[in-house]
Amino acid sequence: MEQRDIVIVGGGPAGLAAAISAFEQGTTNICVLERDVQLGGILNQCIHNGFGLHTFKEELTGPEYALRYVKRAQELGIECRMGTMVLDVSPDRVVTAVNERQGVFSIQAGSVVLAMGCRERPRGALNIPGFRPAGVYTAGTAQRLVNIEGQMPGREVVILGSGDIGLIMARRMTLEGAHVACVAELMPYSGGLKRNIVQCLDDYGIPLLLSHTVTRVEGKRRVEAVWVAQVDESLRPIPGTERRYPCDTLLLSVGLLPENELSRGAGVELSPITRGPVVDEHLQTSVAGVFACGNVLHVHDLVDYVSQEAAAAGASAARYVQGSDDAREADKDVARIPVVAQDGVRYTVPSSISPDLMDDKLTVRFRVGNVYKDRFVSVYLGEERVSHRKKRVLAPGEMEEVVLKRADLCSRPGIDRIVVKLEEE
Amino acid sequence: MAEERRELTCINCPLGCLLTVTISNGEVVAVEGNTCKRGEVYGRKEVTNPTRIVTTTVPVDGSATERMVSVKTASDIPKPLIFDVMAALADVRVKAPVAVGDVVLANVCGTGVDIVATKEA
Amino acid sequence: MEAAYDVVVIGAGVSGCAVARELSRYDARVCVVEREEDVCCGTSKANSAIVHAGFDAQTGSLMAKLNVEGNELMWELAEDLDFKVRRCGSLVVCTDEQSRPGLDDLLARGKANGVPDLRIIERDELKEMEPNISDAAVCALWAPSAGIVDVFGLNIALAENAAQNGVEFVFNAEVSDVARQGDGTWLVKTSVRDLRTRCVVNAAGVYSDVIHNMVSDDKIQIIPRKGEYMLLDTTAGSHVSHTIFMLPTKMGKGILVSPTAHGNLLVGPTASDVEDPESTDTTVEGLAEVASKCALTVKDVPLREVITSFAGLRAHQPGHEFIIGEVEGAPGFVDCAAIESPGLTSCPAIGRMVADIVSSLLGLVDKPDGSWVAKRKGFVTLEGEPLDVWANLAKRDKAYGNVICRCRHVTEAQIVDAIHRPLGARSLDGVKRRVTAGMGRCQGGFCSPKVMEILERELGMEPEDVTKSGPGSELLVQEGGE
Repeated sequence: MEQRDIVIVGGGPAGLAAAISAFEQGTTNICVLERDVQLGGILNQCIHNGFGLHTFKEELTGPEYALRYVKRAQELGIECRMGTMVLDVSPDRVVTAVNERQGVFSIQAGSVVLAMGCRERPRGALNIPGFRPAGVYTAGTAQRLVNIEGQMPGREVVILGSGDIGLIMARRMTLEGAHVACVAELMPYSGGLKRNIVQCLDDYGIPLLLSHTVTRVEGKRRVEAVWVAQVDESLRPIPGTERRYPCDTLLLSVGLLPENELSRGAGVELSPITRGPVVDEHLQTSVAGVFACGNVLHVHDLVDYVSQEAAAAGASAARYVQGSDDAREADKDVARIPVVAQDGVRYTVPSSISPDLMDDKLTVRFRVGNVYKDRFVSVYLGEERVSHRKKRVLAPGEMEEVVLKRADLCSRPGIDRIVVKLEEE
Repeated sequence: MAEERRELTCINCPLGCLLTVTISNGEVVAVEGNTCKRGEVYGRKEVTNPTRIVTTTVPVDGSATERMVSVKTASDIPKPLIFDVMAALADVRVKAPVAVGDVVLANVCGTGVDIVATKEA
Repeated sequence: MEAAYDVVVIGAGVSGCAVARELSRYDARVCVVEREEDVCCGTSKANSAIVHAGFDAQTGSLMAKLNVEGNELMWELAEDLDFKVRRCGSLVVCTDEQSRPGLDDLLARGKANGVPDLRIIERDELKEMEPNISDAAVCALWAPSAGIVDVFGLNIALAENAAQNGVEFVFNAEVSDVARQGDGTWLVKTSVRDLRTRCVVNAAGVYSDVIHNMVSDDKIQIIPRKGEYMLLDTTAGSHVSHTIFMLPTKMGKGILVSPTAHGNLLVGPTASDVEDPESTDTTVEGLAEVASKCALTVKDVPLREVITSFAGLRAHQPGHEFIIGEVEGAPGFVDCAAIESPGLTSCPAIGRMVADIVSSLLGLVDKPDGSWVAKRKGFVTLEGEPLDVWANLAKRDKAYGNVICRCRHVTEAQIVDAIHRPLGARSLDGVKRRVTAGMGRCQGGFCSPKVMEILERELGMEPEDVTKSGPGSELLVQEGGE
């Protein structure tokens, strides 16, 4: 069987950043497996700008951002197999995949980085009543049709969900000559970035209807109209508020789900909140030698954070294969402190930390469960508050982070938990 | 003329700072709420001469991998010209090979700004 | 004018196609006309996909007889025609002690109907068989002969095999009139062309009353009965391992929870009579009912894993009995009408029964020895198969190395096969029903654009002409058109 030090599942921004980072750490026998015919993942269809402000200190489009990583991987000579679908990852890190050139093949990997990304929630997951005609697309599918295939999915559009892809597609469809009647959002706040509401909706006079949902799809063969109603506090449609929007297209931007079918097959423990793997300070999953990063781990708002996280995962994967068997065994028994998400914080990545193994600084990322104004993000080591930072606005659409210092943890032996929570004062 | 205050959301970066721009006699006298210098610049510009980057696609001929090439305005253009830029690009096709940064259409709509490719094809 | 056909079958659902396939044994000119663009587009595509054991129908009824016969025939048919069935058995769960006599009645009726191996099992055994059964469950009727079937696979297999044996199919052909001609032949007028035939079989599903009433003063009435369902991801597919029905109680009829032949979990259906035979839309109330009622028999149904919901219409008639036979006063016109549940289970037997009627009416003779092909090779499935099967295929044909539908592991080779078969797929839904591309958890989000491209390429279509399910369901709009 083919042997590789590291196999990376997915050649999007996460997989590429992980591969480059691992290579730069000195582990060069790497193989990236990508199911699409191109590297770069979903960034290739994200032709809008706004990527890379953190990473490159300039504003790039999705394809440009991806290309920087693709070029770097090529410079380093990292092998990437495109058109290659991974079918199975075993708990002992045998990766089985299929492509046209090799057929079905397996690679024994020293370590595996999971970087499969996420998928969009389909209509069916929402139980929107009505017919099932042509013209109902997830925003990402529409984005692919318009930006990659050069095709128009419709002319008169209603969008359900105000996730970023939905907002971006509202503008994109408008620029291509379609009319977007409204964006309906079930929650009382948007799931997208504020800047996208301004430059994708406000700029074009597209109304954002908060606390609204689609209650019915009309049209047996092609969408003819959708019904939009206001919802009450328990998110139920309020009778009498329905309004019929004649249209030929309904786009859905109602959430992203990490794609963890392979992780599940490998026996990786998944978080019911993020739907991604449970990881430690090295982004290692519950299966030794299997790491995760990017949207397969938890859905990110900015690709810059994906790149940072993936670089950390790649470095961890390299460290894993460079270590001795004894060191790996010893790592298994090291003391771990759970990271607990509380009071408005929905989850943290990672969810456990070993002070002995962590780097000097560790970024802990999280999301909040609601819109909060003027709250403090606090970190407690045991009972002691070690950080207390005021935020004017916190929203579920935006990822937050706190940085933990190893010195802080090591100077407090015996703490049983690290708590990240929101406080009013 | 009286003093006017306008609330804006900065679009420079994902922070989305809430800006308050104070205008007096047609002049911006204060920008508040920004967390960086770029926010102040945005606030001043947005109430006097709002501009945007436009991104779209044009068809490409002769590429083995792409049907469309993504493009952008090399820098921001006046917001009222967005649809004029789209119209100017309606009939533009490019031939492979295309490199990132290649000028697809020079000086679009007389703005002095070029349309450049953002993808290889 | 001489009739071009011996038999015209109206409707390409499971009944029509089962009849056509049985008729294809004979030396006869047979044509199936279908209003939709493909087979399996009406009642046949949206139902519980259960091979019923046969204890439900009234003893002595045609329904009871054909159900038990159909169940017996289904397994051999699946071997001949290579579609998916699984004999998982069914359980009718009784959730309160007072209702137990109802279960005894079902058992007695089942025995009288000739259902094999029926017995009542008690709580402990039930718990062992189905760990997720409701804590309220008291006992259940165990019917090991019941099963689940890939309805699309069955319907398409019947049609393909019929076509292999010379049966003609005309799609997008809505029947506007059926009239007896002076010479005793029949003229079937359709939106595509008119067909003259010696015999007509009415297998028009929820429209079988309309077709029947064109030729008979003895009117029949179909009251479409809507059933709404939710389909859960394969991750929930083993939540139960048998088909779970609820014994009707004073709380109502309940709904079923069942694994499917594709490895998903199905919950439903509701039952509400509707006027419009086109109203295959789901409703707020219906889906809410499905979500709440499934908990009556099975606990912790992971409704978060729902990937789609749909509604189907059963061709219910007030007498609740199949209407099969030559119509009085209309010689050569044979009804195969009001085929509601257990119509799917019964279809192999219905096919035989109707073909027998037609052949004796027309005096048909068998095709010459050896010229009738009884077997047909099914579609290749890779999902869940041992990887060496896939490896061998990929060695022979590299298109098996190109995965198009990532959720259900469907390759380009399978999609191309689905398109180029006899009666091949012409639309996204046609591809989906044949090889499951787009049937997975992302519901075609990733693969639709790719499948559209393959359809364009293989059929020489313009992108704007690719449809979801036939004319009127175009997926794209013309470039630049306002």
